[in-house]
Amino acid sequence: MSIGMQTSKGVGRLLKINAWLVFAFFYIPMIVLVVFSFNASQRVNIWGGLSARWYPEMLRNDEILSALENSLVVAAISTLASTILGTALAIALDRYRFRGRGTLEGVAYLPIIIPDVTMAVMLLAFFAQAFRFLGNIGPQLQLGLYTVVISHIAFNISIVAVVVRARLGQLDPALEQAAQDLYASRWKAFRLITLPLILPGILAGALLALALSLDDVVISAFVTGPGGTTLPVYVFSAIRRGVTPELNAISTLMLAASTVLVLSSLFLQRAPKQERTTTKEDS
Amino acid sequence: MTESSNMTERGEPSVEILGVTKRFDEVVAVDNVDLAIEDGEFFAMLGPSGCGKTTTLRMIAGLEFPTEGRLKIFGDEVGNLPPNQRPVNTVFQSYALFPHMNVQDNVSFGLRMNGVDKKEAARSADELIELVQLGGLGNRKPSQLSGGQQQRVALARALVNKPKVLLLDEPLGALDLKLRQEMQTELKTLQQEFGVSFVFVTHDQEEALTMSDRIAVMNEGRLLQVGSAEELYERPANRFVADFIGETNLLDATVADGDMIILANGTRLKAPNPHATGTKVAMSLRPESIEIGRPESIPSDYQATSLRGVIATSSYLGHSILYGVKVDSTNLNVRSGAVAAHQRFVPGDEVAVWWDRTSDWVVPDDEPVAVTSEAS
Amino acid sequence: MTAPKLAPDAAVRKAESRRGVFTAMPAAIYLLIFFCTPLLIIVAYSFGTRTATGSTRLSGWNFDSYERIIDDLVLGIVWRSFWLAGLTTILCLVVGYPFAYYLATRPARIRNILLVLVMIPFWTNGLIRIFAIRFLLGSDGPVSQASSSLGFGEFRILFTPTAVIIGMLYSYLTFMVLPLYVAIERLDWRLVEAARDLYANGGKAFRKVTWPLTRSGVIAGSILVFIPSFGSYVVPEILGGAKTLLLGSYIARQFGQARNWPFGAALSVVLIVAMLIAVVVNQRSAASELTGSSS
Repeated sequence: MSIGMQTSKGVGRLLKINAWLVFAFFYIPMIVLVVFSFNASQRVNIWGGLSARWYPEMLRNDEILSALENSLVVAAISTLASTILGTALAIALDRYRFRGRGTLEGVAYLPIIIPDVTMAVMLLAFFAQAFRFLGNIGPQLQLGLYTVVISHIAFNISIVAVVVRARLGQLDPALEQAAQDLYASRWKAFRLITLPLILPGILAGALLALALSLDDVVISAFVTGPGGTTLPVYVFSAIRRGVTPELNAISTLMLAASTVLVLSSLFLQRAPKQERTTTKEDS
Repeated sequence: MTESSNMTERGEPSVEILGVTKRFDEVVAVDNVDLAIEDGEFFAMLGPSGCGKTTTLRMIAGLEFPTEGRLKIFGDEVGNLPPNQRPVNTVFQSYALFPHMNVQDNVSFGLRMNGVDKKEAARSADELIELVQLGGLGNRKPSQLSGGQQQRVALARALVNKPKVLLLDEPLGALDLKLRQEMQTELKTLQQEFGVSFVFVTHDQEEALTMSDRIAVMNEGRLLQVGSAEELYERPANRFVADFIGETNLLDATVADGDMIILANGTRLKAPNPHATGTKVAMSLRPESIEIGRPESIPSDYQATSLRGVIATSSYLGHSILYGVKVDSTNLNVRSGAVAAHQRFVPGDEVAVWWDRTSDWVVPDDEPVAVTSEAS
Repeated sequence: MTAPKLAPDAAVRKAESRRGVFTAMPAAIYLLIFFCTPLLIIVAYSFGTRTATGSTRLSGWNFDSYERIIDDLVLGIVWRSFWLAGLTTILCLVVGYPFAYYLATRPARIRNILLVLVMIPFWTNGLIRIFAIRFLLGSDGPVSQASSSLGFGEFRILFTPTAVIIGMLYSYLTFMVLPLYVAIERLDWRLVEAARDLYANGGKAFRKVTWPLTRSGVIAGSILVFIPSFGSYVVPEILGGAKTLLLGSYIARQFGQARNWPFGAALSVVLIVAMLIAVVVNQRSAASELTGSSS
């Protein structure tokens, strides 16, 4: 493996120092937060010895528990739906040529880069308009947990599609053709060859969707209604009221949850070892 | 014409390609190709990359479909059948082994898809695995095999289904030289054992010449010539084939009266040919069929098939010497037997070259037309 | 009239295309309803009229909301957001380029571990990470305590533009690092070596070869940092004070207390247009790379 050119000693040292400063910048705030979540003191900033007391404390807060439940419901439903829709989208974009494919491809990735606030107000205006329209012809609807679910699916479809498509891109298209050449029908070739091979990609996409859904605050805050507060929305408004030891504890748990999800996703996205058949002869 | 070693006499072609054209959007990949491949024939499709050979193979496999024309396998129209309904199997260039299945499951895949029961399929697969000398490796994953072994699995996986035609897309392209030569022999043996036609695509002329009963040369989507190795080498149908197969000198000329041609520099040479007077042609002279000597040493019979020139380069190649002879502005490569150092020509020497009247070959210089030799 | 007989490949292609449409359909319809339609509605709202009660009337189309953007106060907010985002982008580039360079030139094994270390904060909860910064930077937070116990006095940085920039750097630095990493990693090092032979001076070799060859990464990274910074909402809400009102929060406010949806919609359209321009610029630069700009 080429390590590139030899950088001069001075430059090399600066690069190294910069890199470690960046890692410190990334991790120290999180580590401090985690450490202080085990602070026994009632006052967040004064170290009063090691204690895990805020964790059980937190679980006695009904608001937190209901927000957690909401978050889990939203994350579960939106992940399931966006995984199915996003996977089908990735397959269509990767394997087929059809009219409108280019447009669809462009549109499909916009939800990822559009700023959260924009996506949030777009959906808010949409629901307002849709409720007004539906109200005229029948059902009186209002914002609630289900509008959060609908919104999360909208951005998660894109995430799943990107991850699954990356996996499809690593796959030799000849594999499915070989299966068909060996008398497999189209469906069997997909089910027996392509699907098992992209499954890790689908799972990785699903885990990321889950993580993003559990993390989203801006969009959820705008499109949620009475009784539909999710955990990040709760945390967001709590932060604006001030830092509490309880908040440190919830944050640490949320950090841990998303780290586990992300690590699993990265693990599944690893480039499959020797998927492409190698051509070296034994020596 | 040529008689191939294991040709059957009843002669229903295994694959018939009738006026097939394939366009991808505006690009013509295959241009009005007519071709018949005999049963039991080892048939090569040869040409530079992008010449349409792989597209033709993929159309036989059913992985692409012709824009125009018809395709028959043993008389049955297959032009728009999907690949799983054709009695052919393919060895892919990348092998396309299923990475999540072991060798045995790979090989038995086709049988299982055809409804053969699990036990029976596994037994047949093991037989084939044994035949391609991979006995005992049935439980390995493809990634645990070497390139040569993967190639054998790909062969076994296709042959286990007893296809009526086996298609091979650059099957040896990824192997190193030694292994490639080994596999060439093995492919040939397998083909004789199974007695079905092997149609294989390659850009390597040496591979095509050594292995095949007949070879189709393609360029820019067109079929230029079909024939045995000898025919292609000795009697190329046009300039491209002459140039592509082996090494040759091509001299631009115009056909004159009385079996004569006139070179660009005005020299008249004797070269009997069927082309009309005034036709632009090229004369192909293989470097090894040219004699070289001092200007005064041209044998009298050869005066009309000789040229004078000056040695430009001389390279000693061990078993032979390769001279570059400058004849006016054109350069002729001449291969001569090795002689003692003091007898060799050196750059600057004036020389004459001459050749036997049967060893030149005049090809038309214009649009190539396919020349097909019947196999039987 | 009878339908013309299709060539086999045309028939197959048509069937293929139908299959593709069928496969894409559910997601396409979903995005059409819940992404494209909202996008159109927000554009429509931006031309609508705010009624006295704060609701929006979609008639009597007008440009009032856009005219309001030119108001000094509003332009001030847009401009502040713009330069804060620009400054964030430049800082990310200054820190991120050498960082990506360092990552890309490590041996493969170490590189993969370091990459995972970069990816973890990238995907973990953004809100919590900003909260961590707030906790750290607070006037009675750990940093401040340390600095006052060392005799430097209290550390007053929270609720200033500086805090917002630190937060955005913290949130978006990875967006810069990843495309740069990809660009640097696939560099043809032989060219760089040749340049070092040619120019003898490492700095010049970098300017003449390395930098131009990684420019597409720089552009992609800058866009990926600039766009979310420009529309950032959570970061200024938590780290910025009342004085650091930025576009994201200002838009949110129009849909909240201010109840002026048409105006909020017009501001969103500004963000969307900025985003679309960025996407086009990025595609151009990627395309010019493909057509070979290694001159």
